[in-house]
Amino acid sequence: MASALINVPKRAKAGEIIEIKTLMSHIMETGYRRTATGEVIPRDIITSFACRYNGVEIFRADLFPAIAANPFITFFTVATESGKFDFEWIGDEGFSETASASITVE
Amino acid sequence: MRARATIVAALLVAAFAARAAEIPQAERRSGFSFMTSDTQSMQNEDTANPGMLWVLDGEALWNGKAGASGKACADCHGDARASMKGVAARYPAFDQALGRPVNLEQRIDLCRSQHQQATPLAYESRELLALTTFVAQQSRGLAIETGADPQLALFIDRGRALFMQRQGQFNLACANCHDDNWDKRLAGSAITQAHPTGYPEYRLEWQSLGSLQRRLRGCITGVRAQAYDYGAPELVELELYLMSRARGMPIETPAVRP
Repeated sequence: MASALINVPKRAKAGEIIEIKTLMSHIMETGYRRTATGEVIPRDIITSFACRYNGVEIFRADLFPAIAANPFITFFTVATESGKFDFEWIGDEGFSETASASITVE
Repeated sequence: MRARATIVAALLVAAFAARAAEIPQAERRSGFSFMTSDTQSMQNEDTANPGMLWVLDGEALWNGKAGASGKACADCHGDARASMKGVAARYPAFDQALGRPVNLEQRIDLCRSQHQQATPLAYESRELLALTTFVAQQSRGLAIETGADPQLALFIDRGRALFMQRQGQFNLACANCHDDNWDKRLAGSAITQAHPTGYPEYRLEWQSLGSLQRRLRGCITGVRAQAYDYGAPELVELELYLMSRARGMPIETPAVRP
């Protein structure tokens, strides 16, 4: 049950600086913990996050075991044209999730 | 000499009675007010509050068919925004068939087994937490009303007795911290007043969302006592007492706590 929460302004003026907020559901298991019987719990984290604005990559981040569960990533960009933001999270154990949001630039 | 001892004893009793008093209505504070502004804004903004991820999952489960009946929660209850509004503010509630109070998690599982003919969800499983959070979120902002039913009086008294009961190797009652010392700190963290206004809630320490019973079990283990099993009547009675004690305070589910 993976789910994402995205916060992108619906409207913005051309040239305006906008904040984009993303929250992805993920346990971010570090790989450093052990079970009660001493076995290592395998690492299971998101390793990369990327955002494309009308197909052009505008933000990318690598994630590591020290990042908390359910990573909350926010960043700023300049609203240039109406269109779509595509978000992509990739991680261990074949984890791959996408989400998108639209914006109207006036 | 004897008279003096009696006076000392009387003073001790008076001092103890004063300390064990419940928090006056006007001084009640949600755990929210003890948090830093950063954690508060995390709770206040739905796209930053990780508890909302469970709400999303819960909504999907609410609309998904389950069990031999082939029915979804929504097939009987309709839109949760209308039908579940205010429900969590009344729980734990008295169940006529069982003759004892049940909490929201148990109500959902009873509904699953009786009406959906589905297997009950395990306590503290992602699914049960998600459904409970989704249902409780419909009461966000509404005042807690738990305990109005006169049939609950006996169980509230039992919960209160457990709250006041010293237990464990540390020989501490819940009241020793949460009634007597809520304005102080323990190992750097605020001791709060134990008003369960935001459960199920996202705890940064847990890196996850959890139920009130998980919190209670953590506290009981903390005083080095043997924790009750999930769903135990004692925990439900304690939940019931705490919710009735918080009557009138607004529901915050899903709350964020440190």
